[in-house]
Amino acid sequence: MSYQASSFDVIVIGAGHAGCESALAAARMGCKTLLLTLSLDTIAYMPCNPSIGGPAKGHVVREIDALGGEMGKNIDKTHIQMRMLNTGKGPAVYALRAQADKVLYQREMKKVLEEEPNLTLHQNMVEQLIIEDGVCKGVITRTGAKYLSKTVVLTTGTYLRGKIIIGDLQYESGPNNQQPSIHLAHHLQELGFDMVRFKTGTPPRINSRTIDTTKMEIQPGDEEPRAFSFETKEYITDQLPCWLTYTNEKTHQYIQDNLHRAPMYSGKIEGRGPRYCPSIEDKIVRFADKNRHQIFIEPEGRETLEMYVQGLSTSLPEDVQQDILRTIDGLEKAQMVRTGYAIEYDAIVPTQLWPSLETKLVPGLFTAGQINGTSGYEEAAAQGIMAGINAARKVQEQEPVILDRSEAYIGVLIDDLVTKGTNEPYRLLTSRAEYRLLLRHDNADLRLTDKGYAIGLIKEDRYQRFIAKREAIETEIERLRRTKLTPNAEIQAQLAELGTPDLNNVMELANLIKRPELSYQDITKLSPSPNELSDEEMEQVEIQLKYEGYIQKSLQQVDKMKRMEGKRIPQWVDYTAISGLSSEAREKLQQVQPVSLGQASRISGVNPADISILMIYIEQGGRTA
Amino acid sequence: MENDTIAAIATAMGESSIAIIRVSGSDALTCVDHIYQGKNKLTTVLSHTVHYGHILDPDTKEKIDEVLVTVMLAPRTFTRENVVEISCHGGLIAVEQTLGALLKTGVRLAEPGEFTKRAFLNGRIDLSQAEAVIDLIRAKTDKAAKVAIRQSEGKLSTHIRALRNDIVETLAHLAVNVDYPEYDADILTSQYVVERCQAINQELERLLLTARQGKILREGIATAIIGRPNVGKSSLMNALTQENKAIVTDIPGTTRDVIEEYVNVRGIPLKLLDTAGIRETEDIVEQIGVQRSEEALRSADLVLLMLNHSEKLQTEDIRLLEKIKGFPTIIVINKLDLPKRIDYEEIRQRSGGKQIIPLSVKTEEGLSLLEEAIKVMFFAGQVDMNDQTYVSNARHIQLLEQAKQNILDVMSGVEQGVPLDMAEIDMKNAWQALGEVIGEAVAEDLIDQIFSQFCLGK
Repeated sequence: MSYQASSFDVIVIGAGHAGCESALAAARMGCKTLLLTLSLDTIAYMPCNPSIGGPAKGHVVREIDALGGEMGKNIDKTHIQMRMLNTGKGPAVYALRAQADKVLYQREMKKVLEEEPNLTLHQNMVEQLIIEDGVCKGVITRTGAKYLSKTVVLTTGTYLRGKIIIGDLQYESGPNNQQPSIHLAHHLQELGFDMVRFKTGTPPRINSRTIDTTKMEIQPGDEEPRAFSFETKEYITDQLPCWLTYTNEKTHQYIQDNLHRAPMYSGKIEGRGPRYCPSIEDKIVRFADKNRHQIFIEPEGRETLEMYVQGLSTSLPEDVQQDILRTIDGLEKAQMVRTGYAIEYDAIVPTQLWPSLETKLVPGLFTAGQINGTSGYEEAAAQGIMAGINAARKVQEQEPVILDRSEAYIGVLIDDLVTKGTNEPYRLLTSRAEYRLLLRHDNADLRLTDKGYAIGLIKEDRYQRFIAKREAIETEIERLRRTKLTPNAEIQAQLAELGTPDLNNVMELANLIKRPELSYQDITKLSPSPNELSDEEMEQVEIQLKYEGYIQKSLQQVDKMKRMEGKRIPQWVDYTAISGLSSEAREKLQQVQPVSLGQASRISGVNPADISILMIYIEQGGRTA
Repeated sequence: MENDTIAAIATAMGESSIAIIRVSGSDALTCVDHIYQGKNKLTTVLSHTVHYGHILDPDTKEKIDEVLVTVMLAPRTFTRENVVEISCHGGLIAVEQTLGALLKTGVRLAEPGEFTKRAFLNGRIDLSQAEAVIDLIRAKTDKAAKVAIRQSEGKLSTHIRALRNDIVETLAHLAVNVDYPEYDADILTSQYVVERCQAINQELERLLLTARQGKILREGIATAIIGRPNVGKSSLMNALTQENKAIVTDIPGTTRDVIEEYVNVRGIPLKLLDTAGIRETEDIVEQIGVQRSEEALRSADLVLLMLNHSEKLQTEDIRLLEKIKGFPTIIVINKLDLPKRIDYEEIRQRSGGKQIIPLSVKTEEGLSLLEEAIKVMFFAGQVDMNDQTYVSNARHIQLLEQAKQNILDVMSGVEQGVPLDMAEIDMKNAWQALGEVIGEAVAEDLIDQIFSQFCLGK
């Protein structure tokens, strides 16, 4: 029995990290939006580690914030500690990471969704899409409700045909024993989507009352207040520590002895897991020469004694998990409150998407998050906000917003997915970004706030504050370029005091700051700024001047890339008609349908010879290459 | 492959014992069959076999030439297409007529570089190999050809790939440190990075060193023979050209038109500068001056300054000894067969200790010493090039120079305290520049630039 329910502009299926951002973006852009979720109690749920941020991921959170997304604001309100990582390295790779209070994070996000005027929340399972003339027109729920809409965003996470595996035990399930989504998975397959099966895993949780932290190293948060969002003004000062311990020979021996009970090695797991986040049994087999592995013990929240055992992800049987824990220093008496598991799920091959995250197969249907083969809350949220934006823009008959690789990690992420695809759950890494010096976490607002404002997700007052910040930075940089220091006894004495060599000639402050031993603060001692600058503004001035040479080099590379990116591949290109393409290249090009030669050249299996053939073919206007 | 069938004369134009016409394309065999008469139809023979027969004019059925035809079927050919090579008798007429007959069967005349372009586009060779083919065509001596062949076999590619591997390893290590700050992997130290860079730089320098030698092998050592009138310049040149058969004359025509003449000295091509000039001026002794020698000097890689053993140093000699300072020079003292009047010590002093080879062109005494000296001078004991990879292409040299500069930038950056993850930008650039050498990072106009350089037929 089905019935006609109400109509919407945008329907978002799933309220995980991707779904929340999608729904909020669409609603805030003025679209009447419906968010459907299997359970209102698992909104913005973190089924795995209780943390947000880190290298590349933290950068993404800042980018989401600059585009007007919610993740940064929400974690700023609900973390138990924050740390800046990589501070011993260059500013491009500084990375902010927060430990989350999982329950609080969910509660806050749910409240934000509930309060959003254009957004309707409903708990229901979607079993089918409504497709008319090949175009997505809405959804049908298990309860028979037919919701019509102009666009649909699918963010099903690990729920599609989800299956939990613990030792010999296997059962159909979403993460943390939520109900899996079976019908929808089959429906997508029927529609002709090419699906893959991926695997991920999570470690056991333990009760903090039963662990001995005196045997571990303390991992406190930074004392300096930190925040992801440009808008955050209140900082949490009361932080909780994490703890570090290690596996040992005993742990490894025990795992070795029980390997035959590991589903990974008995062939019970068909899905492909991520190389960068291996299970403990995998680590011990693949890195046999390492005699210990790090284990971080992280609180799951303030209102619970549950601790996350980071580094011990496993699908070994329950009894083995308990025994492994007991071999580890400080965990000898640990009580396991949740068992670790592996989960397999369906994802769609992401090369079936346009860079807007709309599917090529079904116009009007967008997908975001783990369904696209990624892993990680931040990666999901990033796709979520872009899919939400583009679903709304499609409703409003506007061109999609596509970030390029030199603009944002989000651009790198989506371009990688839709161009190269992935054969394991995809995680962002700083090394995936060619221009990471430009894609710093500290300048995410400078890179993207204009875009966020133009899209309509950044409000006027914030934008004005942003403009003021940008101007303060530019004015000060200009001043340092103009201000020249003339060598005289007084100046030389000041320089000596700052521990830097004498001046030989007249020098601009903008050049003096390039000396590694000098900071912006040192420069202001020589010549105070007439304006008062915030910490963030001072940081910008320092980074932009100090690393100017390297930034210029990166910009030159971007120019080079943009030339290839600017060569659009016209609609009439028929890859089957181009002789001389390798058959692999032809197949890949046909599948990906790259929009530019730049994108085409990044497809694996398409080699430079293929690109030159394509170039010749396009230049000849489609006559034989 | 739907490419149409193309043909061109693959050997150098001019007098030679045989000339080869190459035909490539899916219809190569059927087209040649139209003009070929032999025991079997070429469409029926096995791949990589040679057949004796005749070429007939397709209209008149008159015999044009007696030929050997080599049949090579796709994909095991240079272009990865069907290829037929027709070995005709040398001499322009037979070759031209054969080609003309072929063109009547629907074969199209190849554009410059089109064979190689097809090889490249069909994935048969990579960029550096494709470019080496240009050099192969232009190679002046066997040894130059060997370098070209090596490069075309991918020897340079192998070196570059190894270098890129070194760089990528370091990049990867840096990446782990950045992306997994808490992971207990070894932290990459600046010292380690500098050490790696030094090793990479050394290898780049080694390759670049071979570049100079590669250029010499390909283009020849531009050699100027200078000296007073009548000191024996033209005799020396004749001796060199007679003993070592002149290989190429760049512009066909009478001897009077010869501007540059190539001689092969112990496997090293010498490009004798202004040879016509020398010959002329020796004829009209009084008209010459030192002026002409000075002009030659400016474009020379090697200067052979000739003095007369049987005369004291003259003002003009002394002026020339002044001029050659700073040029790689061998002082050749001719007429050793006549009584000695020249002061060796004075020459040594005035030339700043340049190498002196006394010889007699007339009796040929000492001539081999001169040849040995030339060889040693340019190859510093490394003439045996069996194990050497020579970089011999201007684009490669430029990219290697660029990569070297990038690596130097990494080192100087790290020494100045720039964070490693930032110095990595330069390292990535080096990696990219090297990638461009072997065509693994394509720059958009690269392809066009390369293929326009090819001469017809290859």
